[in-house]
Amino acid sequence: MEIGLVHYLTVAAVLFGLGLVTVMTRKNAVGILLGVELILNAAALNFVAFNHFVAGGIAGQVFTVFIIVLAAAEAAIALAIVLQVYRNYRSIMADRLTALKN
Amino acid sequence: MPPLSAVAFLALAALTLGSAGIVAFSKNIIHSSLALLGTFMGIAGLYITLSADFLAATQILVYVGGTLTLILFAVMLTSRIEDMKVSNPRAGLPAAFGLVTVVLLVLGKVATQTAWPTEARSVVPSTAKLGHAFLGEYLLPFEVGSVVLLGAMIGAVVLARRAVKRTWEKE
Repeated sequence: MEIGLVHYLTVAAVLFGLGLVTVMTRKNAVGILLGVELILNAAALNFVAFNHFVAGGIAGQVFTVFIIVLAAAEAAIALAIVLQVYRNYRSIMADRLTALKN
Repeated sequence: MPPLSAVAFLALAALTLGSAGIVAFSKNIIHSSLALLGTFMGIAGLYITLSADFLAATQILVYVGGTLTLILFAVMLTSRIEDMKVSNPRAGLPAAFGLVTVVLLVLGKVATQTAWPTEARSVVPSTAKLGHAFLGEYLLPFEVGSVVLLGAMIGAVVLARRAVKRTWEKE
């Protein structure tokens, strides 16, 4: 069995689907963040796979480094926001944050 | 006996997707967060099979050493230990499955129907090429990225600090 581009695309697509399910169904804000991390990793895996099998060169790996940088920044900011939400509401369940309703 | 690269790929893919399944479906937020470790490790291994050795090291350093630790801290600071068993409830599973099925069908069709101009390349180290690219063609985005990280660091400190007025500030 020869491992080719389609195998990596399959893994990335399933990973993306699992991340999408996580983001859509979780109520815990940290759980939603875990789903975002899965989606970003799936996209990065696609970049590296296309770089290796199709494009050649190094551009895809450079983009993946930027994805990792932005994911780290996003996680730091989002978790700081989660801590503030917990201080104000005593809960980080997304369906309890209804201050803007009505 | 299949070739070693195929065995390695299948094992890494199973590790990645198995842990991602735990992340998506575990009822315990601690289990979900810790399963993310397996996903990150599996992705790092897949990077190595794609001749991206520097990215594999970066993945482990940044995600496992930084992001995952941060997430675990957030879990510990925001969840009460006694109701940890159902600390990660979910809702709307059928709708999510419907949407994800549609997305995966579209992705699968695109990925299999397109005639990608693939070439067989050998697995070679690429760290030196990556360094030259960052200090040459991608120098400006590299510097902007470091400014973004500095901004995110300051922003996180400002957001997460406790808004308590000390006695000498009240006057």
